[in-house]
Amino acid sequence: MRDAATLEAAIASGLSTEEFRQIGTLLGRPPNPTELGMFSAMWSEHCSYKSSRRHLARFPTESPRVIEGPGENAGAVDIGHGLAAVFKVESHNHPTFIEPFQGAATGVGGILRDIFTMGARPVALMNSLRFGPLSVPKNRTLFTGAVAGIANYGNSMGIPTVGGEVFFEDCYSLNPLVNAFALGIAPADRIFRARAEAPGSPIWCVGSKTGRDGIHGASMASAAFDEEAEAKRPTVQVGDPFLEKLLMEACLELMQGDALIAVQDMGAAGLTCSTSEVASRGGAGVEIDLDRVAQRETGMNAYEIMLSESQERMLLVVRSGREAEVTRIFDKWDLDAAPIGTVSGDGLLRVRHQGRLAAEVPCRALTDDAPAFDRPAARPSWWPSPEVTPADLPEPSDWNAVVRELAGSPELASRRFVYEQYDHMVRSDTVVRPGGDAGVVRIKGRDLGIAMTLDGNGRYTARDPRRGGALAVAEACRNLAAVGATPVGATNCLNFGNPERPEIMWEFTEAIAGMTEALEALAVPITGGNVSFYNETEGQNIFPTPVVGVVGVLDDATRRIPQHFAAAGDLLFLAGPEGGDALGASAFLKEHHGRTDGRPPKPDLDAEVRLGAFLRAAGAAGLAASARDLSEGGLAAAAIESLFAPDGSRLGAGLEVECADRLEGTLFGEGPARALLSVRPGDAETLARLAAREGVPLAAVGSVGGDALRIRVNGSPAVSVDLDGLADTFRNSLGRLALE
Amino acid sequence: MARFAVLVFPGTNCEGDVLHAIEAVTGQPAALVWHKEGSLDGFDAAVVPGGFAHGDYLRAGGLARFSPVMEPLIRMAESGRAVAGICNGFQILQEAGLLPGAMLRNVSLSYVCRDVRLRVEANSSPLTCGLAPGTTLRMPVGHAEGNFRADDDILEALEADEQVIFRYCDDGGEASDEANPNGSRNNIAGVRNARGNVAALMPHPDRAYEEALGGVDGRRLFESLHRFTES
Repeated sequence: MRDAATLEAAIASGLSTEEFRQIGTLLGRPPNPTELGMFSAMWSEHCSYKSSRRHLARFPTESPRVIEGPGENAGAVDIGHGLAAVFKVESHNHPTFIEPFQGAATGVGGILRDIFTMGARPVALMNSLRFGPLSVPKNRTLFTGAVAGIANYGNSMGIPTVGGEVFFEDCYSLNPLVNAFALGIAPADRIFRARAEAPGSPIWCVGSKTGRDGIHGASMASAAFDEEAEAKRPTVQVGDPFLEKLLMEACLELMQGDALIAVQDMGAAGLTCSTSEVASRGGAGVEIDLDRVAQRETGMNAYEIMLSESQERMLLVVRSGREAEVTRIFDKWDLDAAPIGTVSGDGLLRVRHQGRLAAEVPCRALTDDAPAFDRPAARPSWWPSPEVTPADLPEPSDWNAVVRELAGSPELASRRFVYEQYDHMVRSDTVVRPGGDAGVVRIKGRDLGIAMTLDGNGRYTARDPRRGGALAVAEACRNLAAVGATPVGATNCLNFGNPERPEIMWEFTEAIAGMTEALEALAVPITGGNVSFYNETEGQNIFPTPVVGVVGVLDDATRRIPQHFAAAGDLLFLAGPEGGDALGASAFLKEHHGRTDGRPPKPDLDAEVRLGAFLRAAGAAGLAASARDLSEGGLAAAAIESLFAPDGSRLGAGLEVECADRLEGTLFGEGPARALLSVRPGDAETLARLAAREGVPLAAVGSVGGDALRIRVNGSPAVSVDLDGLADTFRNSLGRLALE
Repeated sequence: MARFAVLVFPGTNCEGDVLHAIEAVTGQPAALVWHKEGSLDGFDAAVVPGGFAHGDYLRAGGLARFSPVMEPLIRMAESGRAVAGICNGFQILQEAGLLPGAMLRNVSLSYVCRDVRLRVEANSSPLTCGLAPGTTLRMPVGHAEGNFRADDDILEALEADEQVIFRYCDDGGEASDEANPNGSRNNIAGVRNARGNVAALMPHPDRAYEEALGGVDGRRLFESLHRFTES
């Protein structure tokens, strides 16, 4: 093999002196430059999870429903009827900042490959987005570009985007977040695993040709940004959703038979990662010849071919003698497919190029032997955040104006501008559309529905990471309950700053602790996820932003709880504990007072469990004409969201609330474990009995109807906002801000 | 009995929705036909579903007309049998010269997915033969290039000949600017050919055929198509 790589080259590629020494020990010699590149990508934070692995082990990952937990391309849970839901969320933050359209689009492409790699047909997408304030032109470019990129990719693939979230904070200006979620359905007994077994089996590279794009994307995503970000544009991949659609159809067609042993998506670190992971999971080795890899450019060297992150490629381990089936199906779809090597029994990744040995590395050295750190964590001196109470705040004089302001604020306004750019109806299975608490798709020919939601609140986590982590899980489960679904599994994307800073590691470990408490209380296992560290630009770290995706089942999708008021005269009830008037880190504080301080509300996990059981029982019994969870913006936001249905219809409401103190907390407080329900008058008594049985406090808070949102406090009128104006403000404000 | 062909190009993604809608609404058999097929023998009607045929490269629907299946499709149209297009299927039929007009990008320059209201303008087509003119229907759109264009002469002739079969309208049935999701001239959402056996629309009846999906108005179009094949 050629010359040995130097320590300087190792450091330039993101490895430490200690890591370089360790590579030498594992190989028994210094690595050559190609091998060094492979280690640098595989040992990057992005691929190795070296700062997070030990902490992630704390998540609960088991339940009778879990078929595939963390470690595979995606998690899988049993949803009954002989079916599995296969799902995962992943970040594409760094590429999006460099090139928003392609960066976000390829995030969708990558997560979809993770799903159909498992043999599952993708049936739904969601995304969680964070940008800086839209008052800054650059943020508008990033926001609209990322949304257009996501739309382009998901729409072309023919997979509905049924939910998600987007929020805006200063801290994301130079570091936006794009987390993409996908969910697929597979027969429960036909989940494909990415494990190379049976030495001698041919290995194929299928799909797109390999080019020079995206080289070292994994390392790029594992470093903080500086003003040189522009120079990193070539590390962003360019997506082709049409090609991926063909690749998906071809792979799923091939997977109907038994010609395949394993399938592995080629994402970060391309051929290096896919070959070494598939081999080390199966306890095998791999021999490949790079001259047989279809290339779209001439003169690529081994380093470039091994590290290219060209999109829309897959690695197949084919059963010996079944190659003709692969050729036939990929010919049908006009895709490149070529054998590039074989599974070996010696545990080595052996790479040949132009007749020479270009690399020879134990597969496990790249994967299992990657370093794992227990980085120091230190609680910052400011913690805990002081509480914020109304007494600290100037009292608003015009509550109508405050309601209008909040309804049109970036925090609470309708996300219609975003989700109407996503095809959310393709596949004709979407039974709860975006704009509700959770998206729901049905399974044709069965009663079954699958509900899903993505939630996280960086402001909460920034002020109290443990509470923020727990509240993200609690809100996601509450959102599912609000459509009547039972949570069965969760995935997560942990977006944090630079883990080399002790206070960031403290945020990280605290958030995981909070999430774990809530996951255990609500009996929801984690089946996979993704960590994105180094969300730091020019020394500024983002709010710690754990995003939780929870998937639930509805035994009868037609019994989903509607998300909008159904009929004038229906009665309104607030379910959940009293005293939910906490304003710390709330949407109200941010949008009306321009403050992001205070301490988020204390999670009440027992109350969440009871509320969830109550909502599901109410839904199954057909007692809830509509339901909404209370989260950002509290009671007022839940009411506003319930007024305007996706078919364009609208209904006013008259809220009646008691309030001993100032009104802010009653209207906008974000206390957890609460939901707003509307109920036909004849069902109110039954609902009250159900609430009593489930131990959920229930308060009558008015009725549906009228041409305004009216709020009476202690019997006196306090708010009256007419529906026409409110509809325009709520539905159109975000689009106006984005296109200004 | 009528047999329906649902064409599938690489990149088509609504074939399952259309197949399911036809079977659920009409009870008649339908089959997927791959674009490399050279024959549509044995079919009484064909539907070109939505999606991104050939990735919509060149132009939406622009490459599909070179697919082998287009030859028998054109013969089918010439024989007077029913040919219908939905969304990308509309664009493909335009590009193949089976329907008038062309699609520009939406005036918003963005993809748009939401419910729209349609007014039936003429019942002289396979998609509207069971519907009274003036009827309004609600169903989703989902497209980035649905902005119907034709020059003044063609447009005038289309209107005079009652070849416009659907117009975007508001809740009151008025073809207003606010109700137009893409900037189409004259709020045109669907047209037919001169002979009256080829028709298409941009909105998706295949996404509005069961209450669970939020509406059932799309059923009326498939019922019409079935009726047309029996006439």
